[in-house]
Amino acid sequence: MAEIEHYTLNFGPQHPAAHGVLRMILEMDGETIERADPHIGLLHRATEKLAEIKPYNQTIGYMDRLDYVSMMCNEHAYVLAIEKLLGIQAPIRAQYIRVMFAEVTRILNHLMWLGAHGLDVGAMTMFLYCFRDREPLMDAYEAVSGTRMHATYYRPGGVYRDLPESMPQYEKSPWRNEKKLKELNANRQGSLLDFLEDFCQKFDASVDEYESLLTENRIWKQRLVGIGVVSPERAYQLGLTGPMLRGSGVAWDLRKMQPYDAYAELEFDIPVGRNGDSYDRYLVRVEEMRQSNKIILQCIDWLRKNPGPVIIDDHKIAPPKRADVKNDMESLIHHFKLFTEGYCVPEGEAYAAVEHPKGEFGIYLVSDGANKPYRVKIRAPGFAHLSAMDEMSKGHMLADVVAIIGTMDIVFGEIDR
Amino acid sequence: MADKLRQSVEQQLAGKIEQWTIYCDELTIEVAKDNLIEVATALRDQDDFQFEQLIDLCGIDYLTYGQDEWATEEATASGFARGRETEVQASDIERPRFAVVYHLLSVTLNQRIRLRVYVDEESMMLPSVINVWNGANWFEREAFDLFGILFEGHPDLRRILTDYGFIGHPFRKDFPVIGELEMRYDEEKKQCVYEPVSIEERILVPRVIRRDIQGPQSEQSE
Repeated sequence: MAEIEHYTLNFGPQHPAAHGVLRMILEMDGETIERADPHIGLLHRATEKLAEIKPYNQTIGYMDRLDYVSMMCNEHAYVLAIEKLLGIQAPIRAQYIRVMFAEVTRILNHLMWLGAHGLDVGAMTMFLYCFRDREPLMDAYEAVSGTRMHATYYRPGGVYRDLPESMPQYEKSPWRNEKKLKELNANRQGSLLDFLEDFCQKFDASVDEYESLLTENRIWKQRLVGIGVVSPERAYQLGLTGPMLRGSGVAWDLRKMQPYDAYAELEFDIPVGRNGDSYDRYLVRVEEMRQSNKIILQCIDWLRKNPGPVIIDDHKIAPPKRADVKNDMESLIHHFKLFTEGYCVPEGEAYAAVEHPKGEFGIYLVSDGANKPYRVKIRAPGFAHLSAMDEMSKGHMLADVVAIIGTMDIVFGEIDR
Repeated sequence: MADKLRQSVEQQLAGKIEQWTIYCDELTIEVAKDNLIEVATALRDQDDFQFEQLIDLCGIDYLTYGQDEWATEEATASGFARGRETEVQASDIERPRFAVVYHLLSVTLNQRIRLRVYVDEESMMLPSVINVWNGANWFEREAFDLFGILFEGHPDLRRILTDYGFIGHPFRKDFPVIGELEMRYDEEKKQCVYEPVSIEERILVPRVIRRDIQGPQSEQSE
């Protein structure tokens, strides 16, 4: 009788459903997975080592590029860690701006997730709808920082600059007639806050539309219910956080339990699942989008009523205004020292974590008193989630592996760093 | 909050903690390698602690801790030279070179703690906490890959982030930022070849230590 061995399949790094460069060696018995061994490191850019040779503010751009679909949340954690070590706190307006953009980033991430997950499982329309809705949010990023994605907007002590009073307008072009132009520019007549408010008011209806495509869909349910089930005990043991943990029924969200910035003053709910399967995690994330919408509206309201500084006054850490630099000697010296050498952070170590759309994103910062960090460890939520891949996919079939990668919301930038 | 935790730790884990520090309202305890598994299990299971989740496990190399490249406290005898040394200089501070830092989270009691264990440079070995928290698997592989710290009892300790066949431990302070090898495709051999790195190190801002900024207050033991 011939001996039957497991079939080894290479779910290669070049694969549309691999969410980046994931190489998985799957040992299969027919269609069922016996063992999954993810090989990562194909996007390893040694961010932590590069951070050791650059002054603190120059690393903020690297942080954007870690989880490249939720940019400002990564910056947020890093900036909070530096603020902890410096012993400073951003002014209240900066905190609200940061919270507003953190929630904008959460919606950006969840839309990307929903689109990519839908596409992998087979619902291609989802991808187009979600990307269409990401456009206004990227326009908001661009209005405030100049770039659509990697903003480098947060700074220790606040944010780089205040929200703009006007939005860029669409111009006349051979492809847009007058009527179309007026339609496109309709929500850009006011400030950024007006633009975002217009987006938020239309967004709930958009989420209803997405839910109508997938939530009650038979095929979606068949592909997701009962796949990748994680019990709360296993979730604790494996270090899962964020929607992976909340989908299993654990009501844990850093925004409520260990609030940072202005979260303690905002009203929102935390969706919690029941069964710990992929369908519950899908529902949790969709509801999180609605809650983020609520938070953004509250922030817009507050920001309209409360003008103020958006970065701390201490010019040993935050650069002075350009006009002052040209007139005042101290400002000139501060500007010079900040942009040549950078500020020196007192000796010590700190860990700052944020409720990133994927889970708990933490930065462990060790300083020895210098102008460059001594060690920056980036605790990425996707790293712990992907390490649970083997356990989650045992006994499932090959197509379910794709659904599981999708439900874990894997983005390689943060896993490999 | 960290103070209450520190009191519980001192009462219940007395004798096993080498040192504790509270800074930025975070408690850090240092534990010897022989007590690690016992302390980890106690932190996971005892009622006062209940640290169900291992959030992070990282290696750290203290070789150049406190080293700076330009003097800032006083003027040098030779004036203000603008050069910097490219050789890695070990710091004067007496301290074991490698350590592993564990970050733990208790969801039930909403508290965090940091655990530091120094690694003996000769053996580079630490007991693995994989049986205490299963999630430590990949984190320990990463500490092994990037620093060379070995974990006894780990079922599958192999490289995770570096290239297949990579030699060296990249995040050690004596490993250059520019790397040692670079890879390119060779037309004649029709394969990828590895060659010594051809770029030069380029660090634009020298490392400088100043003590201008106050920072938060700290509390320490012993």
